[in-house]
Amino acid sequence: MKGKAHRFGDDINTDYIIAGRYKFKTLDMDELACHVMEDLDPDFCNRLVEGDFVVAGRNFGCGSSREQAPIALKHAGVAAVFADSFARIYFRNSINSGLPAIVCDTSSIEDGDLLEVDLEAGVARNVSKGQEIEYAPLPKVMLEILNEGGLVEYMKNHRGFALEEKG
Amino acid sequence: MIMGRKNSVGKTISEKILGLHSGIDASAGGIVVAEIDHMMAQDGTAPIAIRSFEGMGGEKLKHPEMVSFCIDHNAPSPSWSVSQLHSLMRDFARKYGVELNDVGEGVCHQVMLERGHVVPGSLVVGADSHTCTYGALNAFATGVGSKDLAAAMLSGSLWFRVPETMKVKARGKLGKGVFAKDIALMMVGGITADGATYRALEIGGDAIRDLELDGRLTISNMAVEMGAKVGLMEVDEKVTEFLMGRTNAKIAPVTADADATYVEELEFDVGKLVPQVAKPHRVDSICAVEEVSGTLVAEGLIGTCTNGRLSDLRAAAEVLKGKKVAAGVRLIVAPASREVMLAALKEGLITVFIEAGGSVMCPGCASCVGTHQGVPGDGENVISTANRNFKGRMGNPEAFIYLASPATVAASCIEGRIADPRRYLS
Repeated sequence: MKGKAHRFGDDINTDYIIAGRYKFKTLDMDELACHVMEDLDPDFCNRLVEGDFVVAGRNFGCGSSREQAPIALKHAGVAAVFADSFARIYFRNSINSGLPAIVCDTSSIEDGDLLEVDLEAGVARNVSKGQEIEYAPLPKVMLEILNEGGLVEYMKNHRGFALEEKG
Repeated sequence: MIMGRKNSVGKTISEKILGLHSGIDASAGGIVVAEIDHMMAQDGTAPIAIRSFEGMGGEKLKHPEMVSFCIDHNAPSPSWSVSQLHSLMRDFARKYGVELNDVGEGVCHQVMLERGHVVPGSLVVGADSHTCTYGALNAFATGVGSKDLAAAMLSGSLWFRVPETMKVKARGKLGKGVFAKDIALMMVGGITADGATYRALEIGGDAIRDLELDGRLTISNMAVEMGAKVGLMEVDEKVTEFLMGRTNAKIAPVTADADATYVEELEFDVGKLVPQVAKPHRVDSICAVEEVSGTLVAEGLIGTCTNGRLSDLRAAAEVLKGKKVAAGVRLIVAPASREVMLAALKEGLITVFIEAGGSVMCPGCASCVGTHQGVPGDGENVISTANRNFKGRMGNPEAFIYLASPATVAASCIEGRIADPRRYLS
């Protein structure tokens, strides 16, 4: 995946990602996608190009458990979110919705930087800066869920969770 | 089957509950698959859970009797589109034998407690971030998204990362006009919005033991405002008394071992605590009421899963009795449940609110989440007993939300400005 970085700060909560006044109304996720990040940056949706990345600081996705947050980002065309840390419910929801959530030091990534990520190989690069981005690998169960396209597909295939002996 | 720390001896409450529900020796950092005792979804999250369940090929629920749906975030429905989603929930509940708590029953978390679905030592998930409220009943209860809830409805279990635990003690005696909400706000200010991310909290100390259960629920409710997975407390007679007649389940309290491992231990002295306020737009932007007193308010909200219980309404009514809400201020009161509303009616509290000039809503979330029943106007300040003051939270990104205790909100509505409630309490 290769795309541009859209830079946000710390503590981007799920109300900012998709406001309650929209999310309760509909199951049409493309409609929700038009309002993603609207209260922080009303023009965000217009500038976003399919395949771009959201890059944030600490505690991305804090607040409500609304799964509409990662789903709306995904439907808006966001390919992955890079953040210094994620709030835990959001982190699960993002992977469950098939939207990669990448935990890394984002301090050197600037708005507009071109980023490249290969999740299979476990490598990410800031192409504009010529820097490797080191990131924390996902727990095995989350990697499997992500690889299968999200939790709906995973459950369709497995009907439940089975953890293998490890370490 | 387990990754992480080995050969640990002492266990935290979280390690014990997750261990008991997964059948393995659970230690912080490990990942377990655990059987769920009860699961809940509300009208903001159930519709996606239903669609996900269908997408997973679900044909029946593993334990329909362990699933509850609640209609509280938009209750009664404010629009056609929301009504369609409510119908989807009702149809699913009927088809699969799921308990449906319809409009008027109250805020999901209060309803879950009153129905006896949460007992000490149990493992509960809810598709609502404030599911952590039930930690005050010694349950490992945590918020999940809709797809996780769907997976739990289908399989009866979920995977969990066993959290590290942070021990938080509150000691000292609360002064007049200072409440559990002020303790909660102080803790959020001290720990910050992400200070407990991925962690469990064990909250105790004499100040917690002195609180009624209602107040303890207020504090556990705000655990997620610090990033925590759950805010666990120990069981005492106040908890067992509440559960009496609500459940037939055996009460098996879980305590931490003396040599359990904590990643951090914090102590808060509440003896000199004054009423606290969270300023817009951050929950952890905390100050003493004095710092913001005099700030004009257009609306006050008393209710929500944080502060809509009987003791909250009593505290607000004590301040409001015989007084009037200032001209130009809208006071909105939403009891947390039908049971709370009936008790408040019998005690004459509802009369106090109405005589003071307040509007009493149907039990539910009211204007907390920006869908109905009191969306503020541009530039308006709101003082609310809720748990979040994010920009846009109440439906208008041009409004400003302050968070405080029911007494502080009541006093502020009388004066039309943020006010210290202590001068209204004898």
